[in-house]
Amino acid sequence: MSRLPTGGQVDRAAQVSFKFDGKTYAAYSGDTVASALLANDVRLMGRSFKYHRPRGVFTAGSEEPNALLEIGRGAAQLPNTRATMQEIYNGLEARSQNRWPNLNFDMMSFTDFLAPFLSAGFYYKTFMWPRKFWLKIYEPVIRRAAGLGRISGKADTAKYDKAWLHCDLLVIGSGPAGLMAALSAGKAGAKVVLAEEDFLAGGRLNGENLTISGQRGADWAAETVKKLRAMENVIVMTRTAITGAYDGGTYGALQRVSDHVAQAGAAPQQIFWRIVAKQAILAAGAHERPIAFPNNDRPGIMLASAVRTYLHRFGVAAGARVTVFSNNDEGIQTARDLLAAGVEVAALIDTRKDITPEIDCPVLTGSKVIGTKGYLGLKSVSVQRQDGSVTQISTDCLAVAGGWNPSVHLSSHMGRKPVWRDDILAFVPDKNAVPNMHYAGATTGEFSTRAALNSGLEAARAALLALGLSSKRVTLPKVEEAAFDNLAPMQIEGKSRAWLDFQNDVTVKDIKLAHRENFRSVEHMKRYTTLGMATDQGKTSNMGALAVMAELTGQSIPETGTTMFRPPFSPVQMGALAGRNTGKHFLPERRLTSDKFSREMGADWMEAGLWLRPGWFKREGETRWRQSCDREVRMVRNAVGICDVTSLGKIDVQGPDAVAFLNLLYVNKMSTLKIGKVRYGAMLREDGLVMDDGTVARLGETHYLITTTTGAAGQVMAHMEFCSQCLWSELDVHFVSVTEQWAQFAVAGPKSRELLNGLLDTPIDNDVMPYMSCGDAGLGGVAARLFRISFSGEHAYEIAVPAGYGAALMAVLVKAAEAMDGGAYGLEALSVLRIEKGFLTHAEIDGRMTADDLGLGRMVAAKDCIGREMSERVGLVQERQQLVGLKPIGTVKQIVQGAVMVDVGAAPVADNLLGHVSSTCFSPTLEHCLALGFVKNGRARMGDQVRAVDLTQGIDTLCEITSPVFFDPDGGRLRG
Amino acid sequence: MRISCPHCGERDLREYTYLGSAKLLDRPDGDAGAEAFYDYVYIRENPSGENAELWQHSSGCSAWLHVVRNVSTHEILSVKLASEAKA
Amino acid sequence: MFYSAFEILKQGLTGNKGWKPVWRNPELKTEYDVIIIGGGGHGLATAHYLAKTYGITNVAVLERGYLGGGNIGRNTTIVRCDYGQPGNSEFYSHSMKLWEGLSQDLNYNVMHSQRGMLQLCHSDEQVGSYRKRANMINARGDEAQIIDRETIRKRAPYIDLDNARFPVRGGLWQKRGGTARHDAVAWGYARSADSRGVDLIQNCAVTGFDIVNGQVTGVQTTRGAIKAKKIGMAVAGRSSEVGAMAGLRLPIESHVLQAFVTEGIKPFIDYTISFGMGHFYINQSDKGGLVFGGDLDMYNSYAQRGNLPRVEQVAEASMAMIPAIGKVRQLRSWGGIMDMSMDGSPFIDKTHIDGLFFNGGWCYGGFKAAPASGAAFAHLIATGQHAEYASKFRLDRYKTGHMIDEAGTGASPKLH
Repeated sequence: MSRLPTGGQVDRAAQVSFKFDGKTYAAYSGDTVASALLANDVRLMGRSFKYHRPRGVFTAGSEEPNALLEIGRGAAQLPNTRATMQEIYNGLEARSQNRWPNLNFDMMSFTDFLAPFLSAGFYYKTFMWPRKFWLKIYEPVIRRAAGLGRISGKADTAKYDKAWLHCDLLVIGSGPAGLMAALSAGKAGAKVVLAEEDFLAGGRLNGENLTISGQRGADWAAETVKKLRAMENVIVMTRTAITGAYDGGTYGALQRVSDHVAQAGAAPQQIFWRIVAKQAILAAGAHERPIAFPNNDRPGIMLASAVRTYLHRFGVAAGARVTVFSNNDEGIQTARDLLAAGVEVAALIDTRKDITPEIDCPVLTGSKVIGTKGYLGLKSVSVQRQDGSVTQISTDCLAVAGGWNPSVHLSSHMGRKPVWRDDILAFVPDKNAVPNMHYAGATTGEFSTRAALNSGLEAARAALLALGLSSKRVTLPKVEEAAFDNLAPMQIEGKSRAWLDFQNDVTVKDIKLAHRENFRSVEHMKRYTTLGMATDQGKTSNMGALAVMAELTGQSIPETGTTMFRPPFSPVQMGALAGRNTGKHFLPERRLTSDKFSREMGADWMEAGLWLRPGWFKREGETRWRQSCDREVRMVRNAVGICDVTSLGKIDVQGPDAVAFLNLLYVNKMSTLKIGKVRYGAMLREDGLVMDDGTVARLGETHYLITTTTGAAGQVMAHMEFCSQCLWSELDVHFVSVTEQWAQFAVAGPKSRELLNGLLDTPIDNDVMPYMSCGDAGLGGVAARLFRISFSGEHAYEIAVPAGYGAALMAVLVKAAEAMDGGAYGLEALSVLRIEKGFLTHAEIDGRMTADDLGLGRMVAAKDCIGREMSERVGLVQERQQLVGLKPIGTVKQIVQGAVMVDVGAAPVADNLLGHVSSTCFSPTLEHCLALGFVKNGRARMGDQVRAVDLTQGIDTLCEITSPVFFDPDGGRLRG
Repeated sequence: MRISCPHCGERDLREYTYLGSAKLLDRPDGDAGAEAFYDYVYIRENPSGENAELWQHSSGCSAWLHVVRNVSTHEILSVKLASEAKA
Repeated sequence: MFYSAFEILKQGLTGNKGWKPVWRNPELKTEYDVIIIGGGGHGLATAHYLAKTYGITNVAVLERGYLGGGNIGRNTTIVRCDYGQPGNSEFYSHSMKLWEGLSQDLNYNVMHSQRGMLQLCHSDEQVGSYRKRANMINARGDEAQIIDRETIRKRAPYIDLDNARFPVRGGLWQKRGGTARHDAVAWGYARSADSRGVDLIQNCAVTGFDIVNGQVTGVQTTRGAIKAKKIGMAVAGRSSEVGAMAGLRLPIESHVLQAFVTEGIKPFIDYTISFGMGHFYINQSDKGGLVFGGDLDMYNSYAQRGNLPRVEQVAEASMAMIPAIGKVRQLRSWGGIMDMSMDGSPFIDKTHIDGLFFNGGWCYGGFKAAPASGAAFAHLIATGQHAEYASKFRLDRYKTGHMIDEAGTGASPKLH
C-alpha cells in the first residue's frame, strides 16, 4: 500500500501537499483525495451512518459510499464530498466526518454493539412511551446521532452560474463507447457535446491495462480526446456529470469548474447546464458489484476495479499484500495486474471450481471469503475452500469482483424501468426509455472493450441517421476481444453481518427481517431498511439486496422487481441549482422613473409585488414613520400632494370592437361611456368573484385606456389575452400593456388644479375637466394625458407623460407642491387616504369577494360578462360577509388588521366569527383609528356594536359598524 | 418540456404558462344557464392519455396555444394557435 | 404482536427471528361488507377507523401497486393545522388531535414530531393576512402566533433577514406544526387494520364498477369480481380515472408536485419553515436530509416526475431564504400526482350512486389530512352521515357556490 515507483497518470513532477484530519500529506497533481490517502498508507477514511463502523475507500468513482469528507473551512466548508471525486490541490484541507471525538476512536461506535436491537425499522416499534418523551428525549438523541457531515451555517458566497447549451448529440460518458461515438458523430459534422463526470476522459481505459491499436488504452483515449477537442463542432466537457434526463431532450448537467483549485478566482465554482440535445447516447459504463460476505465492510476491502484504477491511473498499490476475491475473470485480471506491478498477491480466491488460471500466486478455486478481521483496517480474511476447510490469509487489502451492473440510471429518469437480460444476469436500459436516446458500451451490457468501441459506432450511426446526417467512415480500432461472463450477484452466509448498503448499514440480516415482516415488495424493502437511500443512491447496494430478496421469496430477480432511479444521477449542490438568482437577485426589482429623485428625497421603500415604491418621505424632525405619514395625509387634505402611481397597470385598448370587448370584461356597461370620460369598473373571474378593479378612460372613438391594480396587472393582461384569443377572437380589438411606457403621477388635494394650471400649456377648469373626465394636455410642449380621477377623495388628477419625462416631471410637480405647502406622499399616506374614503385594494379584493360583498353591486349591469352567471349561485348571494367601516368606540382605540369580528357578548371562537378586519389606519383627518372590514350581513347592521378581536396580541376593540366611507361621504371634495 | 410556438419556434417550458383543459375555449353563451357554466368552469375530463390544453407563450409573444399532449409521457403531439383551434 | 422496547430486547437477544409479518397476504374473498379502493394513507386510515371505531371488519382494501406507494410515500411529511377557512379549519384541527395520539393508537411509532412550523411574511400586508389566519386558527382553539423579526433571528439564525430581496417582516408560528415519518403512517394504519381482520390486497387494480339501478354492487378487478354494497374510493391522484369507471365527472385535474431531499447533514434546521415570496418549504428529517418542496410543476400530469424549471426555482427560493444551503447537495427528487380540486380543498362525500362514496381532491395537503380523512370517511361509510368536522367537503359545493378557497385564487386546479 503505497505509491509505486512508476506508472499512472499523475504528474510526478507536480508535488502538492494537503491535510487530512489535521495531518499533512504529500500527493501529486492528478490524484484524488482517495488515491493520495491510499498512497500515504491511510486506509481509514470515514465512519458509517448508523453503526459508526470504521470505513475505507470502496470505489474509485462517484458511487463511493464510504469515504465522504468535509472539504474546506468557514463558508467554504463542503460536507459529504467523495474522496474519490475530489481532485487534490495544494493546500486542500479534508476532514473525516460523523465521528466523535476522532476517526480512530469514535464514541458513537457503541451503537455497533447494540446492533441486534437496532435492526431495520426498530424505531417504529418503540420510543412511544411516555408520549412526551418522543419530542423531548428520543428524537433529539436520534437527530444528533444521525446526519453525515456538517455545513458551516454561513452564507454560501461561492459563485454559481446557470447556462444553456444546444447540440445535435449529447454523448454521456467518455469511455471507449462514448469516445467512439463522439468521434464518429464529430467527423460527420454533428454538433456534439461529450460530457464526462471525471476530470480525466477515458473511463475504464484509464483504470485498465489494455491495448488499443497498439497503444496503451489510456493513451488512445487521450489522443482521441485531443482529436475531438480540435473539432470545432465538438465540445468536450470533463468534470461534468449529466444529472438528469427531462422532457423534450433537456438534460441537467453539473460542471465542477473550480472545485479542483484552492480559489475559484474569476471563474464560477460550478455551472449548472441545461443541455438541449436532439439526440443522446448514454455510454455511462457500469458499476462493479460487491459481494456480500460476513464483515465485508472493513477498511482495505474494495472493489477490484477500484484496485486496478488506483494501480494503473494513480500508480498506487491499494495494499502491500493484496488478496483478490472474485466470481469472474476480473479477479484473475486484477491479480495479474498487481503482480505485474510488483505488488504481492496473497491469494486469488475464485468461487468458480472449473478454472485454471495461469498466474504466479496462490489460487483457491471453488472457495469463498467467509469472514474478515481487523477493526480499523483489514488484517486477515477467512477462506472456506472447496473441500470445506477454512484458511486464514493475512492481508491488508481485499479486492472484490462480483461482476458488473450497467449504469442504467439516466435511462430510468423518465419513468421507464430497466429491463432484465438473462444472458448477462443484469438490468439494462429499456431502449424506449428516453425519447431520442441511444445506448452504448457497458451500459447496454457489452462489457468487452471491443464491443464497447463497436457499440459506440453503432449508436452514433443511429443518432446521425435520426439527425439526417450521413456517417463518415470510421475504422474500429484494433483491440483484443475478451469475453466476459457476468454471474449472478452473490451473498455468502455466515454468522456475522454481511453489508449490502455500506453507508446506511443495511445488511443481509435486515433484508431477511424485512422479508420476515412482509416488507417484500422492493419499495417496501427499500423504505423499511433504508437500503439505497444513501448518497450513492443504491449504486453499490440495490442489486445485492434484490438478489437476497429474490432468494428469500423464491422468485427471480426481475420478478422481485427493480427500483426507479430518480434525478439527480449524482448529488448536486443547491448553490449550483440556484445559480445567481439568490439574495438581492432572487427576483428582479421594478423601479419607478422617479426612483432616484425619491431616494434623494429620503424616501423609505416598500415592496409592491416586484415594484419598489416610496412608503413615506421623511422630513427633518420626523423620527417615526407615522409622523411622516400623518403630515403627508394632511398635506393632501389641505393643500396638494404628489404620488408616483406608475406601477398601476395601464393597458391601451383599441379597435372597432374595443367597447364590445370591455363590455364582456367588466361588470359595468362600458358602451355608455363617452369620449373624454372615465369610469370606475370591476372585473370578475369566470367563477363570479372579483378579480380586480380600476378605471376605464375613453380616449377616442375606438380607443380606451384601462388601469389595473399594481398587483393584478399581469393577471389582468393574461386574462384579456385569453378572452381575446380564446373566447372572442372574432372581435376586432387590440391591446398592449403600456405600464412602463407612461409615467403617471397623482396630483391630489384642494390646490391640485392651481398647481397644474401653473404647469400646463393650456389651463383647465371644472367645465373643461370635470370629475371623471380625461383628455390630452401639454406640458412645456410634451404631450401628456390628464385624468380627473381620485384615489384620495380629494379634488385630484393623474397626469401621465412618456416614461422618459417621468423623473423630470416628478421633480417639477414636487417642487411646485412644496411651494404650496404640499409635497410628495408615499404608499402609507395613500393607504390612509383611501381607507378614509372606503376605496378598495387587494386587502379587500382578496379573491373570495363578490361585487356585492364589496359594495359594488349596483355597478353590475344586466348583460353577459365574464363571471356574471356564476356570481348568482346561492352561496354567493346569501349570508355574505359585506364590506363595512369600523370605528373604535370603547377604551381600546386600536383596531388590528387581521382581527376577527364577533358580536359584543360572544366569545371569539370559530362558530361565532362574523368576519375580519381587512385594512386599518390611524386617520389624522378624523383623529382616530379606523378600519375597513367584512361583517356577516354588515350593510344591514349599520350602527351596531361589534368587537374586533386580535387573539395574537390580546387586543379586543369595541367598534361601531359604519359606512366604509368615513370622510366626505357626499363626495363634494372630489367634484369641487 | 419544449413547446413549439407557431410564432416563435421551439422554446423551453419555462417560457409558457399553463391554463388547463382546452374545453375552456368553449364558453357557453351568456344565457346558457348555471348548469352549463358550472360544467364549463369546474368539471374536467382529466384523462391520463392525450389531453387538449391551453398554454400561453407568456414570456414570449403572448399567444395562447392549443396543445395536445400526452399527460403520462409529456409527449407533445400538436401545437396550434388557440384562435385557430377554435375556428 | 405488541411493539415495545421490551419486545425489541427480547427479539434482539434471539436473533430477531420471532418478528411477525406486519400484515398478512390474505386470500381475496368474493364478497365484503365494504371495499376501499386505494391502499394509500387515506384508504388504509379509513380501514383502520372502520374496524376500530365502527367494528366493521369484513373489509377489503384494494391496492393496484404496493401499500402506501402513492402520495403517502412521496411527500414532504409536514403536519400542520393552520387553515383559516371554515370547512378546512375544523377538519385539520381534528386531524391534528388524531395525530397527537396516533403512535399510541396504532402501536406504531409514526415519529410525529411537533418541532414547530414557521411561515415567513415579507410585507406588512402579508403580516396582516397571516394575522387574520392566526386569529382564525386561535378561534378554532389551536394555537398560532405572529412573531417578529428578532424572534425569528433567535430561533432560526440561518434565515436571511437583512440582505434578502424581500426582507422578512415577521412570521406565523405554529408550535404544534411539524412532521411525521410518512411511510410509517401507511404501515401503522395497515398493520392495525390487518390485525383487526381487514384484508389488504396488493397488486389488485379496479377495472370497473358493477352498478344496478343506481346502487353499486361490486367492482371488477384484475383479480376478478368482488361484491360489496358499500364502496369507498380513496385514490387521490387517479380520482378522475377511477371515478370515470363509475360515471363520475369530477372537478379535479391531476398535477405533478415535486419534492426533494438532500444528503444527510448534522442537525441544522429544527422547524418546518416556509418562504413567503414564492412557494417553498423545508424541514430536516431525523436522518439528516433536508426535505423540501415548492409549487406544482403547473401542468396536468400522470407521470410521477417533474421538470427542471421547478427544480431550479425551488433551489433559488431555498438560497434566497437560507443562503448557507448552497453547500448541501440535492440527493433525490420525485414527483407525486395530486388530485387538484378547483378551490384547493378536498371532497369527502356520497356520490350520485348509492353505496359509492368518494374521498379525493386533496391537492397537495393530503398527508396531514390522512387521520381525519380516514376517520370522516369511515364515519360516512358506516353511518351514512357526514362527520361534523368534515361536513363541508361536498361534491356539489361549486354548484351551490360554497367554495373553500384558502388562496382566494378561484376556480383553478392549481391552488392549495
